[in-house]
Amino acid sequence: MLREGHEVSCLDEDPEAHARLEVNLDRSWEDSGGQFTVGTGLEEEALTSAGIERAGAFIASTDGDNTNIVIAQIAKRKFNVPTVIARILDPLRAEWYERQGLHTVCPTRVAIDMLEGAVREGARRDGGGPDGSAEAA
Amino acid sequence: MYIIVVGAGKVGWNLARELLEKEHEVTVIENDRRRYLTVEQELEHNVSYGDASELWVLERAGIQRADMVIAVTGDDEDNMLICQVAREKYQVERIIARVNNPRNRAHFDLLGIKPSVSATDLILRLLEHEVPEYGLVHLLDLQEEQLEIIEILLGKDSGITGRRVGDLQMPDGSLLISILRNGKGFVPGPDTVLEVGDEVLAVLDPGREDDLKELFGPGGNGAG
Repeated sequence: MLREGHEVSCLDEDPEAHARLEVNLDRSWEDSGGQFTVGTGLEEEALTSAGIERAGAFIASTDGDNTNIVIAQIAKRKFNVPTVIARILDPLRAEWYERQGLHTVCPTRVAIDMLEGAVREGARRDGGGPDGSAEAA
Repeated sequence: MYIIVVGAGKVGWNLARELLEKEHEVTVIENDRRRYLTVEQELEHNVSYGDASELWVLERAGIQRADMVIAVTGDDEDNMLICQVAREKYQVERIIARVNNPRNRAHFDLLGIKPSVSATDLILRLLEHEVPEYGLVHLLDLQEEQLEIIEILLGKDSGITGRRVGDLQMPDGSLLISILRNGKGFVPGPDTVLEVGDEVLAVLDPGREDDLKELFGPGGNGAG
């Protein structure tokens, strides 16, 4: 998104995460126009210093579903960020929160769809079983 | 009443025990396998293994017919969301959530998770009560009703001792309701004279504490 010319600010509780942002960048993350803040999404001061008050979009994609759901709601209700997206691995809850008006992305659902597609594609190409069906492993 | 308790730590386990003694129907949900096996030896079928963040685990525990959900895990996000889902998806009427880190309390309020209970806040309240230097003690906070009851100890340096209650200019939105003197409480009249050592109880709108502190403190003269 930085390459597309957006202004991107990352918040992570691990200071080391900064190094990962610079992989495949010619310049430093900051020189490329990025911002990095150490803290968690549950700390309002951290969100504020990461610039949430002027954000056009907020993505909650920590490795914890519950953390993402909570901080996405904070971004939405407290800071009124126009576009808020939460990563939720659990498909059942992703579906329910989506219905409650929270924009969610469920990597599990996406992976299931892709794997199903790959199985069908493979079965079509390789002829599959005797009745044309394939077994998922 | 059918009550689901989430988290079988010290709080959850003892809570479940008490509720069972009071003849409620209880299911405790615990997601740590070892803890579950320990607790299961005593609570038997009243404890269920699983992560209560997941909807199917709540449904297996019968959340559709639960009258109350109490979330007391050691994780604030879990407690918040379990209560949110219980109320908004399963229409459970009563929820109680434990706040582990008092700094997260605002998030519970933001998501409408009430009441929430924080051990740290409770201890702070007790501390305020035990340590008179704090001067002003919260006895009761009714957040919904926007009312609180406080207690102020009149020290030697209080500017209003020796004055009649009728002469006090209580700030708007506050009312003096009772005086505790020598271990006995009474409702003061206009002619009651305030003494050093009196514990004064007042009911007030939230946010009026500082006005009262000023009135009853060293600088206050209380006179109209």
